[in-house]
Amino acid sequence: MKPFRYQRARDVRGAVDMLAQAPHGAFLAGGTNLVDLMRLGVATPDLLVDVRRLACDRIEELPDGTLRIGATVSNSELAADRRVRRRYPVLSQALLSGASGQLRNLATTGGNLLQRTRCVYFQDLTTPCNKREPGSGCPAREGYHRELAILGWSQACVATHPSDMAVALAALDAVVRTRGPDGERAVPLTELHRLPGDEPERDTVLRHGELITAVDLPPLPPAARSGYRKVRDRASYAFALVSVAAVVEPADGAVRDVRIALGGVAHKPWRASTAEQALRGAPATAERFRAAAEAELSAARPLAGNAFKIPLVCNTLVATLVGLADEPP
Amino acid sequence: MSVISHAVGTPLDRLDGPDKVKGAAVYAAEHPVDRPAYLYPLQATIAVGRVIALDTAAAGAEPDVLAVLTHRNAPRLASAHDAELAVLQSDEVAYRGQIIGGVIAETPETARHAAHLVRVTYAERAHDVALRPDRDDLYKPLNAAFFCRGGGELMDGSPADSAVGDVDAALAAAEVRLDATYTTPINHHNPMEPHTAVALWSDDELTVYCSTQGVTLSRDLLATVFGLDPRRVRVVCPHVGGAFGSKVYCHSYAVLAAMAAQIVHRPVKFALTRRQMFSLVGYRPATVQRIRLGADPGGRLTAIAHDVVVQTAKAKGYAEQVAVCTRCMYAAPHRRTTHRLAPLDLPVPTIMRAPGQAQGMFALESAMDEMAIACGLDPVEFRIRNEPGVDPETGRPFSSRHLVDCLRDGARRFGWDRRGPVSRARREGAWLVGTGVSASTHPSPRFAGNTTTIRAGPDGRHTVLIAAADLGTGTWTALTQIAADALGVTVDEVELRIGDTALPPASPAGGSAGIDSWGTSVVETAGRLRALIDSHHGGVVPPQGLEVTSDMPDNPDAAHYAMHSFGAQFAEVRVHADTGEVRVPRLLGVFDAGRVINPKTARSQLLGGMTMGLSMALHEQGVVDPRFGHVVNGDLAEYHIASHADVGSVEAYWVEAEDPHTNPMGSKGIGEVGIVGTAAAIANAVHHATGIRVRDLPITLDKLLRQPVVEE
Repeated sequence: MKPFRYQRARDVRGAVDMLAQAPHGAFLAGGTNLVDLMRLGVATPDLLVDVRRLACDRIEELPDGTLRIGATVSNSELAADRRVRRRYPVLSQALLSGASGQLRNLATTGGNLLQRTRCVYFQDLTTPCNKREPGSGCPAREGYHRELAILGWSQACVATHPSDMAVALAALDAVVRTRGPDGERAVPLTELHRLPGDEPERDTVLRHGELITAVDLPPLPPAARSGYRKVRDRASYAFALVSVAAVVEPADGAVRDVRIALGGVAHKPWRASTAEQALRGAPATAERFRAAAEAELSAARPLAGNAFKIPLVCNTLVATLVGLADEPP
Repeated sequence: MSVISHAVGTPLDRLDGPDKVKGAAVYAAEHPVDRPAYLYPLQATIAVGRVIALDTAAAGAEPDVLAVLTHRNAPRLASAHDAELAVLQSDEVAYRGQIIGGVIAETPETARHAAHLVRVTYAERAHDVALRPDRDDLYKPLNAAFFCRGGGELMDGSPADSAVGDVDAALAAAEVRLDATYTTPINHHNPMEPHTAVALWSDDELTVYCSTQGVTLSRDLLATVFGLDPRRVRVVCPHVGGAFGSKVYCHSYAVLAAMAAQIVHRPVKFALTRRQMFSLVGYRPATVQRIRLGADPGGRLTAIAHDVVVQTAKAKGYAEQVAVCTRCMYAAPHRRTTHRLAPLDLPVPTIMRAPGQAQGMFALESAMDEMAIACGLDPVEFRIRNEPGVDPETGRPFSSRHLVDCLRDGARRFGWDRRGPVSRARREGAWLVGTGVSASTHPSPRFAGNTTTIRAGPDGRHTVLIAAADLGTGTWTALTQIAADALGVTVDEVELRIGDTALPPASPAGGSAGIDSWGTSVVETAGRLRALIDSHHGGVVPPQGLEVTSDMPDNPDAAHYAMHSFGAQFAEVRVHADTGEVRVPRLLGVFDAGRVINPKTARSQLLGGMTMGLSMALHEQGVVDPRFGHVVNGDLAEYHIASHADVGSVEAYWVEAEDPHTNPMGSKGIGEVGIVGTAAAIANAVHHATGIRVRDLPITLDKLLRQPVVEE
């Protein structure tokens, strides 16, 4: 581990100022991903600005019905929140399907969003990786990529984003609030993470020193049902091979509205807009769900070792939607 | 001699339990030493070649760095005969991850940081790490027994090949035939406690606190390497946090730690990281196994052929006994087994729980299931029909063999009679449900090299000294029970001391021979002590106490009987129809392991073996990237071991059957038989649930989904 300095920020402004002066520094929240990467030598910040104790630890309801989640709210607290469990079951389920109890106690809302994409070569300093060392090459594309992307990847990178929470937030049209050296801004969650393109080293659109302060959840229509289904190689404590977050608003055997996000398939939570479009106003039947899933996946480009994800996504998406459509109101 | 049983057979709680719960049990890295320095290794980042330049200036200039050890300044070892232990004796690299140096510093963090500052230049040569049965360099093993230290072609001393009758003719003539190939991947042990060596020298004496399955073997290996009289080397290891075979041998890290302590003239602590364990402490080698069976219309096997290709390392030969299980399992007049090694540029494999048996019985017991179906017979009945009366290759009687009892009792307990013969016939909601069975077997030997000293005090207390090992398996408890009965005293009156070469020597905890070997030694010595008290002291321990030391006697029955543990395992499996996810809600095993010393620790051994077998069946796979030549999924996030949520109900029972020939306790090996056959039982249940036969472990969900073809 490279030696580094450690500072604890008193407030958001102070944290942003500290990092603005340290071009190779990083914010530290729960540290469940960053500290691992530092141990491995993958991340080598020279300054850690600890933001864990900033006053961003509340979940509050805004007058318009939006639920505002402070960036340092832990994954455990967020999953257990009564409002979240009642109104956004997809989010609670996604959180509880991730990591372990100990990790969820430590991990924060902001940190969960900013965990790095995963790939065995990224973690391994003895192999090339365009994300770790831009221009060094991508061994995953023709190597071990069972867990990696089938959608939106580039020649430079085929890694996948590991967060379950972010997939649920993508389906919920969440908005990420940040503060940086240039002031505050609001970024739709679906635009927070990037596809790799030719800059795989950048996982998100955030600029250096920009700090996530909260995540806003807009209210769902009263008739909406939501759920999260994660498929993985073991029953617990594994990243998703494929996951589906869905919000369905049924009406008279048809789909009035639907929002779908997929995990484990791309460099970012994948909002399945093609499938959504195919389903709005359509009959809520397994056949239509399957056709919509296949339409979404027509853009998929599986690698040699992960083609199984195509039928897996289709089957999982259909089963999730059928389950939600059949759920009693 | 026979021993009246009081303590043996009772489910005594672990005597070391309270210390472990309180954190008072000391593990290797925790042994206090004066002013320890810490070591972090440098590992090769090429698969094959030479180190041609090493720039250690930046590392050496870091504050608190004491030394940078490389092949250029490493002490010359007295023996470089064992390639795995010949650490830093040349510039050659034989596998990726090989130790090419080490940084020693005041803190572990400094050592690790400085290690990253060392720049290495290599002259790389082409490497080959692909396990294929059609390689043109396959060879028949020679002299691989017990890490090349004993005679015999395979690691366990067995011959590489065996043949009885005319297999090819019998197969050609058979009315029912099976010809199938099964593969198993690399598995890694991943004990909780990482491998650790704490080394210190005083004058010319070396002490190593080392997490090991056998202090005596580790001492002898280190003494040879450093050219020391074994009496000048002490290895200490009272507790081990899991081992599974990876700590039988002391591996290169212990040599490196001892070298480092020599260089810096201080005690050196070296605890491996999890990632380092994927290249430095051995692994279960991958196999490709072809099985051919022939049977008559009545379901009686006429021919069995089991041909194995198993990987070894070019750096050092290691030949695992994969098809040896097939030599003792089923009757058939015509039979053949072969082993061929594929020499790869990979790290050196090692023993892993039921080495060879675990892979071999996956193949054989999967094939038996396929053959039962082909013969139209129930898989339990098919096995019973082919039960041999004597060891089918040697003609020797079995010392005891209750496999049929295990199958029948297991079937009754499991509710096997409710099973339908048709696959993919039972569905509950989204889940396809099936059941499967497999037999288990493991040799039950005794290892030589055991001596026990017992001191009797006039107060009725006895101190029992033998350098045995407790891997977390229960030796502290079970061996105390054996000693108490052999001495005719209570458990409270026995003080056991193990895990230190200052004690009389002992064979390692391995080969399912630990308790059987050490127990025999203890019983022998106790018998002599009691005889001495009776003959010379009128049945009373004299005031000054008495001490007796004796070696373990050979077993005259070993040459006349085939000695094995057996078992039958049943699995219920659920496969999700949409996703292919596999769940195992139920495993049930009935075992024939002779007399059970401690039902509590024995049951834990069997449950642990079965759980590890479940993990082998569904999860574990070291993925080698042929371009780089290393296992790329080398951490616990990517190398999956069964989590709690993967393990449902696991039940282990045994038949009450003392073995009259194995040892004075009547016990048989219990540490490994539990993992043998579990993977086949699960694979067979997956077939029953889905109609899909998975012959390649692990059984991951993609193998149960219909998939599109990818164009490259």
